[in-house]
Amino acid sequence: MSSKTIVPASLAANGAAGVVLPQVGSGDEYLSAERCVELHRLMVRARVMEERTIKMSKSGEGYFWIGGPGEEAFNACLGLQVHKGQGPAFDYLNLHYRNSATLLALGMPMLDGIRQMAMRATDPHSRGRNFPGHYAKREWNVLPVSSVIEVRHTMAPGTALMQKRLGGDGVTVVTGGDAGTAEGDFASCLIWSTIPGREVPVLIVVANNCWGISTAACNVHSEKRIIDRGRAHGIPGEVVDGNDPVASWYAIERALTWCRTERKPYMLEAKVSRLYGHSSSSGALRVKGEVDCIEQFEKKLLALGILEPPQVAKVHEAAELEAEAALEQALTEPQPSPEDVEMFTYADSAVDAVYPGDYTGLPG
Amino acid sequence: MATLVQAVRMALHYGEEHLGVTDIFGEDVGPPLGGVFTATQGLKTAWNSPLDERGIIGTAMGIAYAGGRPVAEIQFCDYGFNTIDILKVAGNQRWAGAGNFDMPIVVMTPSGSGIRGSLYHSHSFESWASRLPGWKIVMPATALDAYGLMLSAIVDPNPVMVLLPKALLRVRGEEKIPGEPEDDNELKEMIDAPVGDRSNWTPRWPELKAHFIKIGEARLARAGSTATVVSYGRPLPLCVQAADQLKQELGATFDVIDLRSIFPYDWKTISASVLKTGRVLIVNEDTEVTNFGEHLLRRVIDHHFYDLLVRPRVLLGKHIPGIGLNQVYEQNSVPQFAGIKEAMKAVATEEA
Repeated sequence: MSSKTIVPASLAANGAAGVVLPQVGSGDEYLSAERCVELHRLMVRARVMEERTIKMSKSGEGYFWIGGPGEEAFNACLGLQVHKGQGPAFDYLNLHYRNSATLLALGMPMLDGIRQMAMRATDPHSRGRNFPGHYAKREWNVLPVSSVIEVRHTMAPGTALMQKRLGGDGVTVVTGGDAGTAEGDFASCLIWSTIPGREVPVLIVVANNCWGISTAACNVHSEKRIIDRGRAHGIPGEVVDGNDPVASWYAIERALTWCRTERKPYMLEAKVSRLYGHSSSSGALRVKGEVDCIEQFEKKLLALGILEPPQVAKVHEAAELEAEAALEQALTEPQPSPEDVEMFTYADSAVDAVYPGDYTGLPG
Repeated sequence: MATLVQAVRMALHYGEEHLGVTDIFGEDVGPPLGGVFTATQGLKTAWNSPLDERGIIGTAMGIAYAGGRPVAEIQFCDYGFNTIDILKVAGNQRWAGAGNFDMPIVVMTPSGSGIRGSLYHSHSFESWASRLPGWKIVMPATALDAYGLMLSAIVDPNPVMVLLPKALLRVRGEEKIPGEPEDDNELKEMIDAPVGDRSNWTPRWPELKAHFIKIGEARLARAGSTATVVSYGRPLPLCVQAADQLKQELGATFDVIDLRSIFPYDWKTISASVLKTGRVLIVNEDTEVTNFGEHLLRRVIDHHFYDLLVRPRVLLGKHIPGIGLNQVYEQNSVPQFAGIKEAMKAVATEEA
């Protein structure tokens, strides 16, 4: 568990007056009670949305499920700290398919995640085309999530190059799992983000859950710390307990600050859990023996008196109601139509004699 | 007249100056070499990348996401096979992301045989590329077409792959690039980097003008009425040469269609010509199993089965693992002049 200390802001403010500050672990990092409550609510909402989509995958309201139960703590902290906006003045997000807590933290309504699972035409991320958790949102620089792991590591240095040229402090975040680091594209990211004289601000996040589908990392990887691969390229980094929102918060803050000020890459290896297995293909059953970041955080918040049990229950109830309402709403919305099949293939082009607009079938 | 590769270079310069090109990059693309075929000499936005084709495509995508206009080079298409899934991702970003992001990238790469390139410098790529929905694929066979198609590739807001016929890169055009000087030597002195030390060299660019060739428009290289030949790239000038000879020898005349765009292809031009002649031969040098030419043949059969006077046919590269270095291999692997002429004669003269 965390080596960090959680101090409610109100208590911290009164600490000098002799109030005994509750201590958790031995660290010297503090988050305000307000921030902790906000994070807790986001984590619960993300979990409830994921669990709702798991149910949908089993009830026939959706098909395949994949998502991020077990990564809520780290991913919510990430979403609250990125600079949200459109274009290179803001942060770019190359996320993986377990980042729903990040999207909720950015402000995505739960309804949009449910719409994608329900494959509705109203799904703003993929118009009912892609698996859940495969987000894309231009206004927030959330680049389309790819099922193919690690390919986005080749793209991150490109957006970061444009951000560095522009000036300002925009950062490109690229997230993958530990298994994906075996792909050559991970090495590409290390090399391209550290071209001498052309280093670029990429925050490389490795969400290390120690699994690649059914294969344990320890059976196929010899490296003890993935961030050590960055050392050969002069990329600083740290390993963080991704189940601890306070530790994650500050690790992300340090990483983003480095990228914003040094304009160079940084690597974060977040040790996270995978609480429902790889996906619905492996049953999406709750696993035992892995840390649940929400249960753990709630124990702390309760112990510190930041939340009382009824308040915790209320957060869960509110999230459940939100999910129910989202599902009810999504199921009333239209399915894609056969006419939608070709939509969004091409952008309008003044120099295309066949497809000046979108794709319309074979050349006629 | 400019060579095809000089035309590409001038188009890229025009793109830098007038069309917002921000980055021209790839292996050996920047100084001192300026590309193994010299396509990028003297360009102000050209830079050398790590030797990593997947990184090249991915970085181009990143630049494009963030508002740049990149032109990335894969040094030979033969090196591009390890990029195929990233090319697929580039083609699907707009569709998969419900229109959230456009993908305005240009990838240029030399394709085809004819430079005695052995196993890994002789591949063709157009059939692979044609299986990348979301992309547009062009393949100019003349200098002016290379200039005009590259300009269109740059301004098109979708991913466009420009396949450059390796064998034709040094071939001079028959038409001037708008703005190029009258004298070939003067052009060479202006824009070709000197051999040897070029550290102090800077190009003197001619006052180039816009010349856009629309993607999806074929060029009628020869007009005739006896039969239709559809080709592009290296075999195209061979088809033209054969058509000229057969006109003299047999009085047979051919529509020789330079497709120029693999996708979208100019079906209207193909269809109108087949309807006119009732005889069609499709020529390219990619390997013959699931060849792009077979798709065109399917369209011809679907639409014009009852309009055909004789069986439609293709002349393609052999389905073999590679092209051997000894010229006996190459000459007997991919269509050459004699075989093309023979096939054209056969389609033109078979009794209906």
